[in-house]
Amino acid sequence: MAEEIFRSENITKRYANHLALDEVSITVEKQSIFGLLGPNGAGKTSLIRIINQITAPDSGTAYFNGEPLSPEHIGRIGYLPEERGLYKKMKVGEQALYLARLKGLEKRVALQRLKEWFVKFEIEGWWNKKVEELSKGMQQKIQFIITVLHEPELLIFDEPFSGFDPINTDLIKNEILALRDRGTTIIFSTHNMESVEELCDHIALIDNSKKILDGKLKDIRASHRSNTYKIGFRGGFQNLKKGLNGHALISEENEDEVNKAKIKLADGSSLNTLLQALIPHVELEFCTEEIPSIRDIFIEQVSVNKGR
Amino acid sequence: MGKIPLIIQREYLTRVTKKSFLVMSLLGPLLIAGMMSLVVWMGMAENENQKLIVVDDLNPAFSTLKSKGTQRIQFVYTDLSLDDAKAKLLESDFTGILYLPENVLNAKSAQLFFKKHPSSFVLRSIEKKVEGIVESLNLVQFGIDKEDFYKVKSTVTLHPILYSKSGEKQDDTKEKAYVGFAFGLVIYMFIFLYGVQVMRGVIEEKTSRIVEVIISSVKPFELMMGKIVGVALVGLTQIAIWVALTFGIMMIGQTAIYESNFGVDKVTEQMTPEMAKQLEAANAFNTKELIDENNIIFRIQWPQMIGWFLFFFLGGYLLYSALFAAIGSAVDSETDTQQFMLPVTMPLVFAYVMSIFIIENPEGPAAFWLSIIPFTSPIVMMVRVAMGNVQAWEMALSCTLLVGTFVFTVWLSGRIYRTGILMYGKKVSYKELWKWLWY
Repeated sequence: MAEEIFRSENITKRYANHLALDEVSITVEKQSIFGLLGPNGAGKTSLIRIINQITAPDSGTAYFNGEPLSPEHIGRIGYLPEERGLYKKMKVGEQALYLARLKGLEKRVALQRLKEWFVKFEIEGWWNKKVEELSKGMQQKIQFIITVLHEPELLIFDEPFSGFDPINTDLIKNEILALRDRGTTIIFSTHNMESVEELCDHIALIDNSKKILDGKLKDIRASHRSNTYKIGFRGGFQNLKKGLNGHALISEENEDEVNKAKIKLADGSSLNTLLQALIPHVELEFCTEEIPSIRDIFIEQVSVNKGR
Repeated sequence: MGKIPLIIQREYLTRVTKKSFLVMSLLGPLLIAGMMSLVVWMGMAENENQKLIVVDDLNPAFSTLKSKGTQRIQFVYTDLSLDDAKAKLLESDFTGILYLPENVLNAKSAQLFFKKHPSSFVLRSIEKKVEGIVESLNLVQFGIDKEDFYKVKSTVTLHPILYSKSGEKQDDTKEKAYVGFAFGLVIYMFIFLYGVQVMRGVIEEKTSRIVEVIISSVKPFELMMGKIVGVALVGLTQIAIWVALTFGIMMIGQTAIYESNFGVDKVTEQMTPEMAKQLEAANAFNTKELIDENNIIFRIQWPQMIGWFLFFFLGGYLLYSALFAAIGSAVDSETDTQQFMLPVTMPLVFAYVMSIFIIENPEGPAAFWLSIIPFTSPIVMMVRVAMGNVQAWEMALSCTLLVGTFVFTVWLSGRIYRTGILMYGKKVSYKELWKWLWY
């Protein structure tokens, strides 16, 4: 197993009249992108704030690189909160420098790195602008730079793509992937399931203050296989039905040349048996497995949890 | 860790470089000095040139009331009757009639008819002139020697002197109390102005959503203290600029006014020798009063006063601004602050109002208690310090309580603050705040 950078053990956090986190344990591996998912109000932000030491857990322990989390680690963690903003009246460069120095960067180093990032994002001209003159997307760019500037080992992004157009979303996505490839670990919280599938190596699902699902993205998807296949074929549905042989037809799409259907395999059978049964009756064009999306798994798990 | 200084620096620089700070710094002293010189100037500018017809029923008793050239007040001695003069007044450029009735020497009263009300300065100088002539005429009439007269003539001033075990002392408590009150007023103003600035700053950080970014790098308490200290320095800078500029402007203003209005030649030119003598004596007396070591300016112990001012300013400011910071953290916008502002500003306003009464009764129990209770002491104690009747133990008690209380309010506010700044969209009640204290 790969080395861990962050681990929480049975963290519980209670606010005046509700339980925000209930015995939550997660382990984040080094140099991975960890998706922290869950419906609104599930407790994600509470967990993130504990990792950032903005609040402390009531019970349970958090570890950073194997050591109990302590204020020394603050400079090694970067955080882009969901509720984020900048001083409106302050100049962009001045402000970025200030926030970088609060993270413990030396002025000279901070200046040099800021210049590099400004060149990279082609925003050199913004240095002396006031923040209020920038659009929301522009401000988000600045915030992204500020978050990563001190080159933290662990980065926490809460909804990093909100407010970005598709071009800038891709720009940031690529930056995140590049950071991971250079050795940074990223905890990524979002409701945008597409980006989870694109980016995450590992996910944890929190609902109603409990962790209800945790694992590698590909393992989770594999374990949620529903043995359903989509096929394209020539020949009518009459013929197809003749060949089903115990497999269940879930949906049918009538089209001019190639019809499409979703079929769930009968228990204990394999794709081969389905195909063998179908081939005598219709002419197959294609066949793909219907892999559940993270979105489907999310919805399914949360509704199951509700029923519990 | 060196992060608090960084925060202080930002809070200080962003405020000091604002245009409004510059404007306030320049406008404040200009306003103060401007108001002062306006008072002086109005007294002088009002007396437009006066041209008076002198009607003398005792003709030629007052014939010395004659002036040549262009003086501020021109007397034109005539032998007109009052009725003729009245008729003439309305159709000429004369501004008034000085009427000296027959009984002027006994009744010691004369009349001035005017078209436009002259200033009290003009009235007084005419009075003085007539008085001088009446006096010398009466001296002749009663056969009194001038020198004897000046020996007899007396103006009595009453000097109240406080007598206590430590000996006698000039009783100037009221004058001193006003000086103390002025200091208290400055403290009151600045606690308000800068306390509210702290509150605004906290609200700004909260509504602009930058606060969560910052407190992932520094502790909420550090952010709060950095802001409070930074704003305090802004306040001190402002005070320093105001004091320096006000003095500067007043010095320049004084010289200018003196030179334009009391040019020596203008005054002496129209004076009889004895008047000049009198004036000289009066001048000597005035300067003597100015450099008199009993003058109020010299009786205030400035180093002590300024030392206590700084202490009570900082103590009071820390106490209140921490509370203002807590209020700022608990609300989403400035309009929601009202319900929490009242209990914080009440003691402050109360202390200010009470210190006016304390000037009248500086030894009473109200003065004592209000200068001990930390929520009112920064303002009230300044009045008492200026009067110099504070016992050492009273001062020690007041200071200890003030320090203890601001440590307490800073702690209290720190606890409300760290929860408050992360709470959005929630109408906060006192009950809620109480819960936050114990998170």
